[in-house]
Amino acid sequence: MARTVTRGSKIGWTIAAWVVALLIFFPILYAFITSLKTEPEAIAGFSLIPSGTFENYVTVQTQRDYFKPFMNSVVLSIGSTILALLFAIPAAWSMAFSPTKRTKDILMWMLSTKMMPAVAVLIPIFILFRNFGLLDTRIGLTVMLTLINLPIVVWMLYTYFREIPGEILEAARMDGASLWKEIVYVLTPMAVPGIASTLLLNIILAWNEAFWTIQLTTTNAAPLTAFIASFSSPQGLFWAKLSAASTMAIAPILILGWFSQKQLVRGLTFGAVK
Amino acid sequence: MATQNTKTLARLMMAPAVIVLLVWMVVPLAMTLWYSFQNYNLLTPQNVSFAGFFNYVYFYTDPAFFESIWNTLVLVLGVLLITVIGGIAIALLIDQPIFGQGIVRILVISPFFVMPPVAALIWKNMIMHPGYGVLADVARFFGAQPVDWFAQYPLFSIIIIVAWQWLPFATLILLTALQSLDSEQKEAAEMDGANAFNRFIYLTLPHLSRAITVVILIQTIFLLGIYAEILVTTNGGPGYASTNLTFLIYRTARLGYDVGGGAAGGIIAVVLANIVAIFLMRAVGKNLDR
Amino acid sequence: MGSITLKQVSKTFGEAKVIPSIDLEINDGEFVVFVGPSGCGKSTLLRLIAGLEDVSGGQILIDGKDVTRNAPAERGLAMVFQSYALYPHMSVRNNIAFPLKMAKLDKAAIDKKVEDAARVLNLTDYLERRPSQLSGGQRQRVAIGRAIVREPSAFLFDEPLSNLDAALRGTMRLEISELHNTLKTTMIYVTHDQVEAMTMADKIVVLNRGNIEQVGSPLDLYRSPRNLFVAGFIGSPRMNFVKGENARSHGAHTIGVRPEHIDLSTSAGAWRGTVGVAEHLGSDTFLHVNADGIGTLTARVGGDLPVRHGDQVYLTPQEGRIHRFDDKGLAIK
Repeated sequence: MARTVTRGSKIGWTIAAWVVALLIFFPILYAFITSLKTEPEAIAGFSLIPSGTFENYVTVQTQRDYFKPFMNSVVLSIGSTILALLFAIPAAWSMAFSPTKRTKDILMWMLSTKMMPAVAVLIPIFILFRNFGLLDTRIGLTVMLTLINLPIVVWMLYTYFREIPGEILEAARMDGASLWKEIVYVLTPMAVPGIASTLLLNIILAWNEAFWTIQLTTTNAAPLTAFIASFSSPQGLFWAKLSAASTMAIAPILILGWFSQKQLVRGLTFGAVK
Repeated sequence: MATQNTKTLARLMMAPAVIVLLVWMVVPLAMTLWYSFQNYNLLTPQNVSFAGFFNYVYFYTDPAFFESIWNTLVLVLGVLLITVIGGIAIALLIDQPIFGQGIVRILVISPFFVMPPVAALIWKNMIMHPGYGVLADVARFFGAQPVDWFAQYPLFSIIIIVAWQWLPFATLILLTALQSLDSEQKEAAEMDGANAFNRFIYLTLPHLSRAITVVILIQTIFLLGIYAEILVTTNGGPGYASTNLTFLIYRTARLGYDVGGGAAGGIIAVVLANIVAIFLMRAVGKNLDR
Repeated sequence: MGSITLKQVSKTFGEAKVIPSIDLEINDGEFVVFVGPSGCGKSTLLRLIAGLEDVSGGQILIDGKDVTRNAPAERGLAMVFQSYALYPHMSVRNNIAFPLKMAKLDKAAIDKKVEDAARVLNLTDYLERRPSQLSGGQRQRVAIGRAIVREPSAFLFDEPLSNLDAALRGTMRLEISELHNTLKTTMIYVTHDQVEAMTMADKIVVLNRGNIEQVGSPLDLYRSPRNLFVAGFIGSPRMNFVKGENARSHGAHTIGVRPEHIDLSTSAGAWRGTVGVAEHLGSDTFLHVNADGIGTLTARVGGDLPVRHGDQVYLTPQEGRIHRFDDKGLAIK
C-alpha cells in the first residue's frame, strides 16, 4: 500500500516483531553462545557472554571424529539429490510439456507415496537392507533418501517447468531444432534456475532427514542426524561440546536455507502456495 | 507439442521415475502386509508361522496402543493449534512496515532448518533442563521451583519442541499467501468503510484459508511421523506417556524384535495416514486445474 | 514458392471435433487471414499447417508435396507466436540466428543474414540485448526477424498483435503489410480482430465452429456476405438485423443494413426512433437509436451531427444496400 506510515507506529511494530523474532531464534543463538563457553560455564546459570573458547569445537573433532559424520551428511544429501534429479528431470519434463489425461493422476499418485508413513515400511526395509548388506552403508542410505524425496523433486520441477511457455519449445521446433538441441539450447538454460532451487531444497531435506538415517546406520555411514542423536544420553559435562557439535551440524544448512526461503514454500506445498 | 513422436518419447522419459516409485511403494508395503499375518520374531527367526489376525488383535488390545493413538492425536492437534494461530499472528506482524524486515524473516524461519535431533537436544538440555536450563534459571529468578518438564509434562514438552520447529513453516507459507493479497482489494475495503479488524475477518482470513488448509494438511503428514524428537528426549516415557504411534511401532519392531506386531501397527498407521492424505490430495489437486 | 493445399483436413481432441473437415487452397504469395470468434478453430488450423499438431484426417500439401506426416521443421515454414516465444536467455542476435544455427549455416553467412534482417526491422542497435530489455513492439520485430532469416516458403502468424497496445498495433499492421509487399511470400495470419483481417488480407477465411463460413477478398465479404454469421462478423460497427414485417416486405426472413448505409432525417423516413446514445467521434457519429417496433439500430452518420440523447429521428435504409437472408440464415441473391 503506497501510503505514509507514521514513524511512531513503525517503531512500535518493529520492536514487537524483533522481540518475537529473537525469542524464536533464541534457542539457536543460545546453543551457539554455549558452544563458546567452557563446560563449567555452560552449566553455571544463564549468561549471554561466553569466555570465547573454541576448545569445544576441537574436542568434538578429536574425541568424536566429527568430520566423519559430516562427510557422510554431505555425501548422502548431495548424492541422493543428484540421483533424484536424474530420475525426476525427464519425468517432470514430459509431464509439463507433453501432458496426457493421466498426467494429473500420476502426479497425485507420486505425491501419495510421500504420504506413506515411514514407520509402516520400517520392518521390510530393515530386513531388505540387512539381507542385501546395505545396513550402515552410504549407498543404501543414498538410495533411501532418493526414494523418499523423489516425489517432491518431481513436483517441484514440474511446477517450474510448467512456467516455461510451451510456445517457446514450439518455436524451437519450428526453427528446426531436434529434440536433443531443443533440450540443450532452449529448455536447459531456461530450466536451470528451477533445477537449482530444487537441488537446494532437496539437499536441506536430505540433510535433516532423521528417521531412516537413524534407523539404518550405526557408525560407518551415520550422518550428522544419527551422530547428534547419539548424544541423547549425557555422560558427564557435555553441554558445551553438544552445543559445538549442534552448531556445526546446523550452520551449513541454516545458511543454505536462508537463501532458499521462496523455493521452500513452493517445494513443501507441492506448488500449492507460491 | 502434441504430435505422436513427442508423446511416445514423453512416456519413455517418465518411465524410470514411475517404475522406481512403484517398486518403492508396492514391495515394502506388500511385505509389511505379509509380515502382519505372521508370527515372526527376529530373536527366533527360525519359528515363522501364520498368525491370522493375531498381530492385529495383539496390537489392538495392547493398552499402549490406545495411549499412543491418543498421544499422536494430542501431539498433532497441539502442534497444529500453536503453529497455525502463531503463524498467522507472526505473519501479520512481519507483514507490517518494520525496520529490518529481511533479518526478522531470517530469524523467524531459522528453526525449520535445524535437524530434529539438534532441535530436541537444544531444548532438552539448554532450555528445559530442570537444573541447568534457561527456563529453570528464569523460574529461580522469580523464586519459583524449576519444572522438570520431561518428567512432569513429557508430551507437552515434545509439543513445544515440535511446534518450535514447524512454526517457521506455517509463518513462511502464511506470509507468502498474505503478501499475495491484492492491495487494491484492501484499499477497496477501506473505501467501503471496513476497519482493520473487519478487513482481517472478511478479507485476509478468507484469502488465507487455502494456505491454512495446506499448512494443516502438510504438517499433519509430517507430524504423524514424529520420531527423532521423542527418541532423544523422553524415549517415549515415562511409561508410554510420550509414545506416539510411530514410536510404538519402532519400539515393538526394533526394540521388541516383534516383526509381526510391528507390521500390524504399520498397516494401521498407513490407514490413518491415508485418511489425511485423501484430504491433502484434494486440496493440492484443485491447484492443478488452474 | 509457397502454395498450400488442405484436403479434407480434420482434427479431433478426444471426443471434441474441433475441425470437422476443411478444404482450402492458398496460392503462392497470398496474404491469407483466418478470422473468427475465439474457439472457432483458427489457431488449431494454423498449428495443423505448422505441424505442431497431428491432423486426425485429410492431407496437407505444400507446393504440391504431401507434408502431412512431416515434422514442423521439415515443412519450410516459419511461425510468429502470440507470446513471441523469444528465447529469454539469448541475445536478440542469437534469437534471430537460432534457426540458422540449427540449419548448420557457417558463421559468416549467419552474421550477414542476421544483420540484414536487423536492418530491415530497425533492430540493429538492439542486437546484443536480451528480449526482456525490449519493448513489446521490438520483441514482435525480433520474432519476425527470426522468421524471415529462414526464408521460409510461408509465414504463419498466430494472433501476433494481440499483446500490443492499440497505437502500436496500427503501426505493426502496416509493417507486416509492407513486409509482405517486399518479400512477396505467402503469409497466413490468424486473428479474431476483423479490422486486422480487412486491412491486411488478400483473402479472408471466416471460420466458425471449425467450419469455413466464407472465403473471399475483404470487399467481397463486405459487399456480399454469404450468410448471417459473416454479415455480422465483418464490418464495424456491426450490421443491423431486422426481422418480422419489415423483412417480409423485402421478401426475406431477415434483412441486414450496415450502419453506414442508413440515412438519417429529423423529419421523415422509414423507421421512427429515439436516440439512446450518441457517440461523437468527430469524423463520424454513431447513433444508437431505439426504433419503434424494431429495437436498437445503429446508424453511422458523417461529421459531427448535433443530435443528442432523447432526440426523435427517422432512419431510412439505402435502397440496394439491403442484405436479404432466408430462414436458414443464407443470403438471398
